[in-house]
Amino acid sequence: MTQSASRNTNDLAAAMAGRAKNLRRHMLRMARGQGQGYIGQGLGIADMMAVLYFSELRYSPDDLQRFDRDRFLLSTGHYSIALWAALAEAGILRHDELDSYGRDGSRLEMSAIDTTPGAEITGGSLGHGLGLGVGMAVGIKTLAPQARIFVELSDGEMQEGSTWEAAMAASSFRADNLVALIDCNGIQADGAIVLDMEPVAAKWAGFGWDVQEIDGNSIPALLAAFDAARARDGKPKAIVLRTLPGKGVATLEKREKAHFIRVDASEWDQFERELEETGG
Amino acid sequence: MRRNGISSNASWRKPVAEARRTLGMGEQEAVEGATVEAPFGKALAAAAARDDRIVGLTADLGKYTDIVPFATAYASRFYNVGMAEQNLIAMSAGMAKIGRVPFCTTYGVFATRRAYDFVAIACAHSHLNVKIFAGLPGLTTGYGGTHQAIEDTGLMRLIPGLTVIDPCDATDLAQAVDVALATDGPFYVRLLRGLVPVVLDPATYKLRHGKATALRQGADVAIVSTGFMTQRALAAANALQAKGIAAGVLHVPFLKPFDAAAVAEFAAAARCVVTAENHVVSGGLASLVAETLFDAGLTRPMARIGLPDKFIECGSVPGLQEKYGLMDADIARAATGLLEKKGRK
Repeated sequence: MTQSASRNTNDLAAAMAGRAKNLRRHMLRMARGQGQGYIGQGLGIADMMAVLYFSELRYSPDDLQRFDRDRFLLSTGHYSIALWAALAEAGILRHDELDSYGRDGSRLEMSAIDTTPGAEITGGSLGHGLGLGVGMAVGIKTLAPQARIFVELSDGEMQEGSTWEAAMAASSFRADNLVALIDCNGIQADGAIVLDMEPVAAKWAGFGWDVQEIDGNSIPALLAAFDAARARDGKPKAIVLRTLPGKGVATLEKREKAHFIRVDASEWDQFERELEETGG
Repeated sequence: MRRNGISSNASWRKPVAEARRTLGMGEQEAVEGATVEAPFGKALAAAAARDDRIVGLTADLGKYTDIVPFATAYASRFYNVGMAEQNLIAMSAGMAKIGRVPFCTTYGVFATRRAYDFVAIACAHSHLNVKIFAGLPGLTTGYGGTHQAIEDTGLMRLIPGLTVIDPCDATDLAQAVDVALATDGPFYVRLLRGLVPVVLDPATYKLRHGKATALRQGADVAIVSTGFMTQRALAAANALQAKGIAAGVLHVPFLKPFDAAAVAEFAAAARCVVTAENHVVSGGLASLVAETLFDAGLTRPMARIGLPDKFIECGSVPGLQEKYGLMDADIARAATGLLEKKGRK
């Protein structure tokens, strides 16, 4: 690697770290307004969302329906807090609208639906996103060969059988324009993963996918994984992301791993301070 | 003779008498009278010739859902996803998301019982252009409770924004393809496969979105029917005519949107109402008609012809249809029973 390429890579990583920190700020702002939320998951995938939206995804904030755009499908609709943060950071949603998150009449629902600008699908009924993504990837391949479909899904979501129906179809139809981003954060509704899903990477490989397994909170690892996924042909790609729920806010990183976090009003100042001082 | 959209050579769907056994997969009852083979697949292939947005999908039941004429002619637009009905519907939704118009097939039992959440959320919640054609509705197979979709229209009509059609014959089914293509949004259509009778005259009958069609007028009894039971309703009306009873037949192919105005008007013009459907008698057509009469403030004696609240056993299709009362004689008997009861009061 040349000196200048190395410096560019470092610059890109630093820029993405800045974006990730902004996403975390947006999420704390939204969750503070609600007093609760799926903030553990949102903070955990903030690094992935930053690299995805600001380095990898080809889209135009001014022309969201452009046909040959890349598409990001948030299958875990309850991670919407991360999606709204990314859409605001990308200039698709107004920052002040984030304050309406989860409130009556708000477009920014607790579980993402596809009527909000920038949200491609209605997620949240788990096990839907990958199948939708396969249909989009297979259907669009001959119409817009450059368009790629990115689908976020979670380790708990892999317990839905439809995930594997879609996984089989993706490799059978050689959907190499499809990238699954599998957030393995080790939590689900009833607590820590209640049904063991390991070995995650081997399962996806066994279903015919090109698999990478990375630290989902490492920006250099994320950049490299997206580069590798982009460079390979013939198979759908799975990136297994090992993420830490609550990442970037020390207190939340240490808190008992919970699917849905309720927070005392007095804690928010501390969380924001922790994020600014050390996190992200 | 062409009258009220009814084909002149329409005949009773009379199966060959000796075949009183459960037929194998793909075996067909022999049918007397005019038929069309694979009307769905032919209509889909014809539509695909003029609309390149159309894609076809199936879940390992292409041969048995008559999609072969399309799949043969447009192989590059056909996807067989294997035995995976949730993914069939999810992939179809994904196709619709990028502007294709997917027509997908499986059996009704799988499209409903297995894939319900995907029909509701992936398709209907996003108002996507997914057209589901679902085979073996009600008692059209002898394969027993695992394969008979006896409660499908009831389930599907509860999904907001989903159009639900139970076609009468080859004419209705072929036109359902065109109506589905011309109407934005998700469709669930009951599929009649193989040699499908021609009851409605394709030259004069027109399937219109959300509309019922009065095939015959009669002041004594209003028979409100859907699916292949409309053919039997017409036969029953003929039999009643011979006894001096005037029976009208209103064919209601759309369970949703439901043509409540036409049903109320039709029922108001008669002394009693008989509903006829190839479906359990609660949750489907009969329930819709009862709700409609109540909403309209109409009181009419009513009888419901359809299936009981029971999983049906294996057997020959004609044998099961006779046992569970889906015959024209059952409709006629219900009508005379209502009129006699009313006369005694």
